[in-house]
Amino acid sequence: MAATPAKRTTDIGPPHFEQFLPPVIKKNYGKWKYHEIPRQGVLMHVAESGDKLWSVRAATPRLMSIETIRLFADLADEFCDGHLRFTSRNNVEFLVVDEAKIEPLIARLKKEGYPVGGMGASITNIVHTQGWVHCHSAASDASGVVKSVMDELFPYFDGSQKLPAKLRIAFACCLNMCGAVHCSDIAILGVHRRAPAIKHELLNSQCEIPSTVSACPTGAIRPAKVDGHDSVEVIEERCMFCANCYTVCPAMTLNDPVNDGLSIWVGGKVSNARHEPMFSKLAIPFLPNNPPRWPEAVAAVKNIVEVYAGHARKYERMGEWIERIGWPQFFKLTGIEFTKYHIDDFKHAGETFRRSLHFRHSE
Amino acid sequence: MAEKLRETPLLDELQKGPWPSFVTEMKKSAAKNPMANDQMGILERSYKDRIGHWKHGGLVGVMGYGGGVIGRYSDLPKEYPECSEFHTIRVNQPAGWFYTSEVLRKLCDVWEKHGSGLTNMHGSTGDIILLGAKTAALEPTFSDLTEIGFDLGGSGSDVRTPSCCCGQARCEWACYDTMGFTHDLTMHFQDELHRPAFPYKFKFKMAGCPNDCVASVARSDMSIIGTWRDNIQIDQKELNAYVKGGRVDIQEDVVDRCPTGCIKWDGKAFAIDNSNCFKCMHCINVMPKALAPGKDRGATILLGSKAPIIGGALLSSVLVPFIKMDEGYDDIHELAEAIWDLWGEHGMNRERVGEFIQRIGLGNFLEQIGLDPEPEMIMHPRTNPYIFFELDEEEE
Repeated sequence: MAATPAKRTTDIGPPHFEQFLPPVIKKNYGKWKYHEIPRQGVLMHVAESGDKLWSVRAATPRLMSIETIRLFADLADEFCDGHLRFTSRNNVEFLVVDEAKIEPLIARLKKEGYPVGGMGASITNIVHTQGWVHCHSAASDASGVVKSVMDELFPYFDGSQKLPAKLRIAFACCLNMCGAVHCSDIAILGVHRRAPAIKHELLNSQCEIPSTVSACPTGAIRPAKVDGHDSVEVIEERCMFCANCYTVCPAMTLNDPVNDGLSIWVGGKVSNARHEPMFSKLAIPFLPNNPPRWPEAVAAVKNIVEVYAGHARKYERMGEWIERIGWPQFFKLTGIEFTKYHIDDFKHAGETFRRSLHFRHSE
Repeated sequence: MAEKLRETPLLDELQKGPWPSFVTEMKKSAAKNPMANDQMGILERSYKDRIGHWKHGGLVGVMGYGGGVIGRYSDLPKEYPECSEFHTIRVNQPAGWFYTSEVLRKLCDVWEKHGSGLTNMHGSTGDIILLGAKTAALEPTFSDLTEIGFDLGGSGSDVRTPSCCCGQARCEWACYDTMGFTHDLTMHFQDELHRPAFPYKFKFKMAGCPNDCVASVARSDMSIIGTWRDNIQIDQKELNAYVKGGRVDIQEDVVDRCPTGCIKWDGKAFAIDNSNCFKCMHCINVMPKALAPGKDRGATILLGSKAPIIGGALLSSVLVPFIKMDEGYDDIHELAEAIWDLWGEHGMNRERVGEFIQRIGLGNFLEQIGLDPEPEMIMHPRTNPYIFFELDEEEE
């Protein structure tokens, strides 16, 4: 351990945001009048004072080197007096006050490999997690799947392909869901499919047996003596692969090269526009982990996007479209197989069973 | 440090295509930093083995803090020695994620000196993520971070780093000052943020309007979302311009899409039955030049959203239907503290506040924190007759 420095400061909190705001924002804070999207990737905000601010939005891979952050700093100096911000979906936004600098900035960003887009009725950056890059409980990699999906859906980012409404995709590498996966138009979620393999010789030294037992939401874990070790056993048919026991006890390992993979969920949203916020619902229970490009997952997402784009009405989000046409029609149009795994069997599952005769029979 | 880059034939496939490549980022760091080089090597190994190679964190951190650092060790320390300790440092972001080039360079310098050079801008909770520090580097990194004005964010069972949309800094729809409030909240709860003392994590997310660009309703234990109570503001001149412009089909795109059917349109003037409008934002989203939220602005406070682990995913539900946000924030500080007192005493280990409410009942929860039940809090009254009546002595 390095020596503790003589002067040590704590609890100073984050720097106050005001010192980082460009003058046009300081002047017009709370006094913006309206905005427009003059071209894909550029937002123009107009203040009551008549002042204008252009935000040029470029994609980032979220996992970034300091070399790239320094590049963004240089671009900010060159094109916008050193002012930039990041978005809730990991895009970078350059804050331009000189309209003449917009196109040269876009050209530079393109040249450096950071294309602009992702505004309005489009697909923007995928909110995602660490995956195999840095997480202990990941059932898949995150960055690799996201890169592969966005390469394929790129025309929906740069505006060359149109969509009825915005389409938000999110990725989480396990059921902990570090990201709004459960309320996204399309969600890709890493899943385990095998009960934990228990390291009996380590368990009692690494974990508390009572807390490991009580970590299981289905009561599948009970204390047991195995090969002379104080340990636990798992009633496998009760295991729903949530990995909560693994979070509590590292000796309950879940990672499995063959049986881990991805599931696809659709129709969630967080905004209140038109329809209230909705959860994402299961579309595809399992697709294999197939690095480096995950072709099965990429094809599945692309299919859902294309069927939605071809059938939804203007301004209709994925979940609103499915609600209008009904789930039977969603499975028919997308060609996705409906299985017993689509029927909920956790708490309050009965609330998802149909009670009406409101079918849209076709053929 | 001109060191030989790890061979990465599988990852190299991910440098192709139009989307910015994280592999290119890893290589930029690996060219200068042996930790990043080994980290790239271990990821290639995961692509080959189809499993992760990271172990549970141990207890690591900086002196006096219980949160802010996530311990991370690899399970292949001999093969990839430089990243065998690869801890995450969460750095509390400035509200709204605005930066100057100057401050970003200072952050990069600190991270070049002490860590792998890899970052996330930003993590899912909102923090600046510094990815990959050795245990011995934690205290010196922290010291240099505070020197340039930054502090650590939350982790574990504490207040997680509050985050917000860009609000009034760059959005005409922000019904309150999300960034000002977020900074106030973060400073007010520094102790709760740095020293975990709760049953589990507690997240705040602030959104300026019902569009909720930061997914507050899905991703925070306390969601504070801007709204208004009076009439939508109409700029007739701009409305006429939309009619002339022809890009918006006002009947089809706006009137017919209004979920409450509260707009009347005769081809010239717009009549909104504001008593029936439920503030969904659709018409304002489609015609931002002509329509705007009303003037009596504030926020709705919702409680309890979370991801599935353990009892299933939840969205936040209404706790305070409307609160003014321009008269100080003491009421919200006190509300949060009342919730923490109750949940802190009766919540079970790893039970989020949303699950706690489901277990003890929203009615009981309200009674305990001193809020009156209101019909805005529910979709509909109960359908089951199993009521836990509590009779007082006179009734008996």
